[in-house]
Amino acid sequence: MKKVIALLLFLGLLFFIGTGLEQGLKLGEHNTLSGKAGEIYLKRTVNSEDPATTPSRVGFGRETDIEENAANTVTSIVVGYRSFDTLGEVTVLFLAATGVLALFFTPGKRKRLALAKPNFILSVSSGFLLPLIILFGAYVFTHGHLTPGGGFQGGTIIAAAVLLLYMAGNAYKAPAAGLKILEGLSGAGYLLIGLAGLLLTGFFLENFLPQGKMGALFSAGIIPVVYLLIGLKVSAELSGIVSDYMGEE
Amino acid sequence: MINPGLSSLFIFLVFLASLLAVETKKVFRAVLFMSLAGVLTSVIFVLWKAPDVAMTEAAIGAGFTTFLFLMALNRIKGKEK
Amino acid sequence: MGHDWLSLWSYLYGPLAIFLVGLYGLLTQKNLIKMAISINIMDFGVNLFIISLGYVPSGEAPIYTEAVRRYLPSFTDPLPQALVLTAIVISVAVTAFVLALIIKIHGRYGTTDLTKLGEMEL
Repeated sequence: MKKVIALLLFLGLLFFIGTGLEQGLKLGEHNTLSGKAGEIYLKRTVNSEDPATTPSRVGFGRETDIEENAANTVTSIVVGYRSFDTLGEVTVLFLAATGVLALFFTPGKRKRLALAKPNFILSVSSGFLLPLIILFGAYVFTHGHLTPGGGFQGGTIIAAAVLLLYMAGNAYKAPAAGLKILEGLSGAGYLLIGLAGLLLTGFFLENFLPQGKMGALFSAGIIPVVYLLIGLKVSAELSGIVSDYMGEE
Repeated sequence: MINPGLSSLFIFLVFLASLLAVETKKVFRAVLFMSLAGVLTSVIFVLWKAPDVAMTEAAIGAGFTTFLFLMALNRIKGKEK
Repeated sequence: MGHDWLSLWSYLYGPLAIFLVGLYGLLTQKNLIKMAISINIMDFGVNLFIISLGYVPSGEAPIYTEAVRRYLPSFTDPLPQALVLTAIVISVAVTAFVLALIIKIHGRYGTTDLTKLGEMEL
């Protein structure tokens, strides 16, 4: 009986919401970028007087005086224009990791869950693959403003390396205290950069370092520094979650 | 013809995988179907020219979430006796 | 303007149907882990719908490279991609916390069935 009601609700909501949304929406082939906020973010004219009609002066490989000279536009939105939302997201991740730690906490010496004994291929290849995975993760979050990538993706890749260490031998335990210290310091570092922007220019989380040439490694102001801190924080956080899930009752 | 032809096929596959994940009886199979839905969603994000989101969904949605679910199943089965 | 049905399914009704499958699972399932799976499926549907609003025909990824040095009108919209990036990370944080709660509930009460938990004296 419950399934029949749920099925009717499914079909009813599908047609009700679908036909309601279909009216003024331009999907797929009819969609253009004109008149949307994304165009202003792409042309980097957000702070000018008339953002919609100011022509774009973006040029790859040149040094211009526009705001937010990062080559990856999604990074310049996430860390530059809407940096306050990223601060909130970092806080939510911190709360979730603290909640997981609080639920799984046992006082005294921590023991870890014993998994099946690793076979020959896993124990040999993990010693070879581990530095490559960590190097790739660090590459992804340091080049977040030039190529697709950034702090969250690179941090997850490094947490996968810690998981590989857990599976490759039954005696490994991640250093939980050191990971908590790294996570706390990186999160505080992000906040201190915002406060430094407040002291130097009068706006919280303002981009106060020189912008540089678009496409170079040291460009776009504080964006590489912030993504470095976010990458360290997310990798420490997710590794802490892995080590909490692997503990024994 | 790539969009919407090919992406409509992938969206139908994601719909099928999520329906199977909800309806199946064993929980282990449901976790595997959800992981399949995550990987196919990441492929759809590549087709729709959003590489940052595709990388994030593949690493976090299909990689880390599957680890969390399998670890939870392991700890629950261990005390089932 | 009229859309053909293939484009309507692919950009509007498809992600909406995936979201409603997750909602259907949340209403009918009794096992706690399958409810967590349904919440994740709802996240997939919503993220697909938000990105589908930003697709521009024969568009490029919104990254300035050697090949694309100036602003072109055929970039895909970067603003929905930035919002979905945040949403995916928050979904994994919620999943980690919910699964930790489920493990502790099973350790304390011995079952993950919602009807049996409802009849017990908590």
